[in-house]
Amino acid sequence: MKVTWVRFKTPLAWLQVTREKTRLAVALAGIAFANILMFMQLGFLGALFTSITIPHKSLQGDLVIVQAQYETLFSIRSFSRDRLLAALACPEVASVNPLSVAPAIWRNPVTRTGRAILVFGVSPERPAFAAAVADLEPLKIPDRVLFDRAARPEYGPVASTYAAGERVVTELSDRQVEVEGLFSVGPSFAADGNIITSETTFLRLFPERSPSKIEVGLLMLKPGADPIQVQRELAGRLPPDVKVLTPQSFAQLEADYWAGSTGIGFIFGLGTIVGFVVGAVIVYQILYADVADHLSEYATLKAMGYTDRYLFGVVVQEGLILAVLGFVPGVVLSLGLYVVAREATLFPISMPFDRLVLVLVLTVGMCAASALIAARKLQAADPADIF
Amino acid sequence: MEEPVVTIAALNHRFGDKNLERQVLFEIDLKVQPGEIVLLTGPSGCGKTTLLTLVGGLRSVQQGSLVVLDQQLGGASPPELVNVRRQIGYIFQSHNLLQFLTARQNVRMALELDPRATDIENRTQQILEAVGLGERLDDYPEKLSGGQKQRVAIARALAHRPALVLADEPTAALDSKSGRAVVELMQHLSRVQRTAVLMVTHDNRILDIADRVIKMEDGYICT
Repeated sequence: MKVTWVRFKTPLAWLQVTREKTRLAVALAGIAFANILMFMQLGFLGALFTSITIPHKSLQGDLVIVQAQYETLFSIRSFSRDRLLAALACPEVASVNPLSVAPAIWRNPVTRTGRAILVFGVSPERPAFAAAVADLEPLKIPDRVLFDRAARPEYGPVASTYAAGERVVTELSDRQVEVEGLFSVGPSFAADGNIITSETTFLRLFPERSPSKIEVGLLMLKPGADPIQVQRELAGRLPPDVKVLTPQSFAQLEADYWAGSTGIGFIFGLGTIVGFVVGAVIVYQILYADVADHLSEYATLKAMGYTDRYLFGVVVQEGLILAVLGFVPGVVLSLGLYVVAREATLFPISMPFDRLVLVLVLTVGMCAASALIAARKLQAADPADIF
Repeated sequence: MEEPVVTIAALNHRFGDKNLERQVLFEIDLKVQPGEIVLLTGPSGCGKTTLLTLVGGLRSVQQGSLVVLDQQLGGASPPELVNVRRQIGYIFQSHNLLQFLTARQNVRMALELDPRATDIENRTQQILEAVGLGERLDDYPEKLSGGQKQRVAIARALAHRPALVLADEPTAALDSKSGRAVVELMQHLSRVQRTAVLMVTHDNRILDIADRVIKMEDGYICT
């Protein structure tokens, strides 16, 4: 025998959740707080991956050659320039473009304090960086550099001074250089700013380096050539001390390095989990108190003929209502904090749609799990006890 | 002759585990006819509340026969018990209204359980007017006096026109005047709706509303 179908018209869960405004406010504040924790952690993690691969994505090339043990641009090893000439022998390769990369100390032209910066040495004739990023023409004069206008302010008011038409002369790696243009890449977790200069100037900045060594080789392919196929062919043709990557896998390797080989991905991932747990505990406390306070009323409903399943459903609905109601202020506050964090760190912190979906799913899961645990308390509602 | 609403035969009930077992009901025989008001009295611990919870399908029958509204409760499945409960009105010592619902919403909760109920809005209003709360439809329980809350509870218990109402000391928390008013209201509604009432009470002042008063002592019905 089945319990006959029943129309439930009174939205019990909604009425119960919204009746006590103070308790509702506390619950929503707790959920919003958990949301903020998750959004901030995921925001920093996202900014890490975005910022860390901006240089990779600014480079122009259909394929990329790096040293075989390449993991990250920020501790890159060099390989012989001859490998590029060998790659050029491949009929599908139209041109090659060497790129030198090394960190150096930039002296703030105002305060004279030194700070590490990432220097790229390029050939001024060939645009290694996308045209939108930098115009390399001024680099044909020696000891001239392009400065990253999105770099952290600790390097000094370089971009603003240059834009105002004044000369910016300072020391880079103990050698006097002059800023002759600006480009835009921005700071990452590994470098606070970037410099582009010519190969000639690069070798003057780092006199201990051999001109026969480079860090990155950019390959342009002939029209119609399939990069994957050429990649495979080059891998067979070149010695095993280098590897050939697509631009996507070049950036992906960098992201994998920071996510896996450093503690950073773990730390932000853990932070997200902590946010989830904090939220789950808060929601559980609220719902448990709700059930405990209304135990005799729930028992009364059971006596009247409401089923355990119905009451279980009410508590779960309460959890879901709290999840959705708490998510809204959580998102609004997080967006505000993103702006604050972006201005303070200059990291590219943004709110992609899939993160919104992820945190909403996590929030709903968090509230549903808490509700399921809190609903076990319903078993204590024994209608025989209320007589 | 109509079928009785409640037929109890040779009902025994025990509490506790084997070693600490204590029998609280002995060989209870009782019939309640439709529309009849039966009062159960007796000292505390005599088993009258246990009997009430058994009749209400809130406790499982251990031994004996207990038929409520044509359903044998001995060995009944949980869904069968739920179905019987939906045909009974319950009034408790404390009103047990849902604090986060208004008077109107509390009564609706009872009506919404009846799949055949139509015109729920009007019926809710009518029954609340019948208990004298036509002006307090949208008040929350915290705004009502003790007597008014108990009247909402009566409206909730009688709204779906149950054939049987079980009441456990409905006047205990009330002063004599509102207590009297509450039982007279129950008596009136039971006459109008032909609802049988089985009420546990200590209150000697209300014995006159009963068709029959049954005294219990030490788990037995005194004859």
